[in-house]
Amino acid sequence: MRNGTEPIILGAATLLAVLGAAFAQDELFRIHAWILVAILAATTIVLMRRVEFAPAGQTLPPKDTSGYMDDVIRYGTIATVFWGVTGFLVGVVIAAQLAWPILNIEPWFNFGRLRPLHTSAVIFAFGGNALICTSFYVVQRTCRARLFGGSLVWFVFWGYQLFIVMAATGYLLGTTQSKEYAEPEWYVDLWLTIVWMAYLIVYLGTIVRRKEPHIYVANWFYLSFIITVAMLHLVNNAAVPVSFLGVKSYSAFAGVQDALTQWWYGHNAVGFFLTAGFLGMMYYFVPKQANRPVYSYRLSIIHFWALIFLYIWAGPHHLHYTALPDWAQTLGMVFSIMLWMPSWGGMINGLMTLQGAWDKLRTDPVLRMMVMSLAFYGMSTFEGPMMSIKAVNSLSHYTDWTIGHVHSGALGWNGMVTFGALYYLVPKLWNRERLYSLQLVNWHLWLATLGIVIYAAVMWVAGITQGLMWREYDDQGFLVNSFVETVSAIHPEYVMRTVGGLLYLTGALVMVYNVWRTIRGDVRQEKAMGGLSTTSGTAAAAAQ
Amino acid sequence: MDYSAFRQFADSWGLLYLFLLFVGVIAFTFRPGSKKTAEEIAQIPLKEDNDDV
Repeated sequence: MRNGTEPIILGAATLLAVLGAAFAQDELFRIHAWILVAILAATTIVLMRRVEFAPAGQTLPPKDTSGYMDDVIRYGTIATVFWGVTGFLVGVVIAAQLAWPILNIEPWFNFGRLRPLHTSAVIFAFGGNALICTSFYVVQRTCRARLFGGSLVWFVFWGYQLFIVMAATGYLLGTTQSKEYAEPEWYVDLWLTIVWMAYLIVYLGTIVRRKEPHIYVANWFYLSFIITVAMLHLVNNAAVPVSFLGVKSYSAFAGVQDALTQWWYGHNAVGFFLTAGFLGMMYYFVPKQANRPVYSYRLSIIHFWALIFLYIWAGPHHLHYTALPDWAQTLGMVFSIMLWMPSWGGMINGLMTLQGAWDKLRTDPVLRMMVMSLAFYGMSTFEGPMMSIKAVNSLSHYTDWTIGHVHSGALGWNGMVTFGALYYLVPKLWNRERLYSLQLVNWHLWLATLGIVIYAAVMWVAGITQGLMWREYDDQGFLVNSFVETVSAIHPEYVMRTVGGLLYLTGALVMVYNVWRTIRGDVRQEKAMGGLSTTSGTAAAAAQ
Repeated sequence: MDYSAFRQFADSWGLLYLFLLFVGVIAFTFRPGSKKTAEEIAQIPLKEDNDDV
C-alpha cells in the first residue's frame, strides 16, 4: 500500500477540527473550525483516492525519485498567478470603496476587512507562492540536487495554501490581532510556524545535498528570507490566547514595546520577504533571461551582507514622532539612509548584467519586464530612505504618499520581477518551445507600467495635499482644515488611483490568458519584436 | 542585566562586534584570488537546465 498514511493523518485532523467546532468558546472560532473541517474533509477524500495497492503477492514498483522535483513548482506557478489576480482584484475593489463609500457592504465586505485581505493576498499569497515556487526551482538548479524531503515538499505547498485560506476567511469573518501584515490570530500563526519550519528543512536539506561545491548567491538571499521571516513571525506574534478554543489573544508586549516589535516585524517583512527573497529571484532569473553571468558576483556578496546588516535596524522609522525614544527613531532613520548603498548596489548589479547585451531589450519583452522591475526597485529604495528622514516624514507620515511608495515597490519591483520569472518558468516547466505570445507580454508590461505610474503619481499628489492640509494653521494657531475637508480634497485622486489599479489588473489578466495558452501548448504566429522580419520561432526554424 | 546595562553593552561592544564582523566580510570578499572563484560561481546558473541532477 502506498500513500496510506496521509489520509489517516488528515482524517484524524478533520476529527480534531470537528471537536474544535463543538467546544468552541466563541462564534468566530466555531465558524472558522467548520471551514477547516470542510477543507480537511475534502482533502481527506482526495487523498484516499490516491492510495495505491499492489496486486496480491506483488509489490508496487518504486516511485521515480530521479531528476528535479518540478510538479510542486508547476502547482506553485499556477497558485502564484491565481492569488496574484485575486489580490489585485481585491485591491481595485478597496480602491473603489475609498472613492465611492457606498461600495462598502457590511459586515464582511467593508474596507476594514477587505484591506488586510488585499495586503495579505498580494504579499503573502501572491508573493509568498512566488517565493516558495521560485526558490524550489532555483535551489534545485543551482545546487544540482533534487528537493529534499519528498512529501514534506507537498506539505509546505498545501500547508501554505491552508494558511492563506484560514487567514483570508478569518479577515472576512472579523478575526484580527490588529497588527499590520500580521493580522491572523494565534492559531493561524502557529500553523504557519509549522509550515515554515518544514519549508526551512526542505530548503536546507536541498542545499546540504548539493553537488555544486559553492552555494550560489540567490540561495543566500532565499535562505536569509526563510530564516529571518521565521524569527520575525515568532517574535511579533508572541501572544497569550484567552482560550485554547477561542479566537482572541493578547500580545506578549505592551505599549511602545508592542509598537516597536510590530514595526521591527513590519519593516523587515519588507526587507526580507519583499526584498531579500525577491532579490534571490533577481539573481537567478535576470542572468538566465539575459544569458549572461551577474555583472559582479563579489558585489552581490557585499549587497547581501550589507542588506542583512542594515535592514534589521530600519523599523523604528515607522514610529517617528511617537512615544518611541528619540534615539531609537534616529537610529531607524540613519540605518534607513545607509540602506541606499546596498539597494542601489544591487540594482546596478542587476542592470549591469545586461552590459554588452542591451540589444536584447529590443527583442525580449520578458527581459524588459525584469529591467522595469529593477528600475522600480531603484526608485522605491530611493524614495523609502528619503521618507524615513524625520523632516520629510513629518509631511509624509499617515498620508497617501506612503501608500504610493509601497505600491511603486510592490507593483513595480515585486510584481514585475515575479511576472518576469513566471514568463521564464512557464515554458520551461511545461516543456513548451516558448511562450504563447511575446506581444502579449509587451502588452502586460505597458499596461502594468502605466497603471503603476498613474497610481504612484496621484498618490504623491494626494499625500502631499493631505500632509500640507493637516499641518496648516491660521494666524491664531488653529488648524485650518477639518479632517473631512482633507478627504474630499483628494477624491479625484482616489478615483484616478482606482483607474491605475484597474490597468494593473488588466495587465495581469493578459498574463493569465498568455500563461493558459502556453500551458495548453499553443504558439501564436506573430511578428518578432524589434523589427526583425521572421514571423515566429517556429516559422523561422521551419524555413531553414 | 537591567535595561541600561543591556543598552550600554549593545551600543559599545555589540556595535563594535557587528562592525568588525561586517568589515571582515568585506575584506574576505575582496581577498586576493577571490575574483577567479567569484567568476566561477557566477557561471553556476548558466550551466545546464533540466537535464540530470
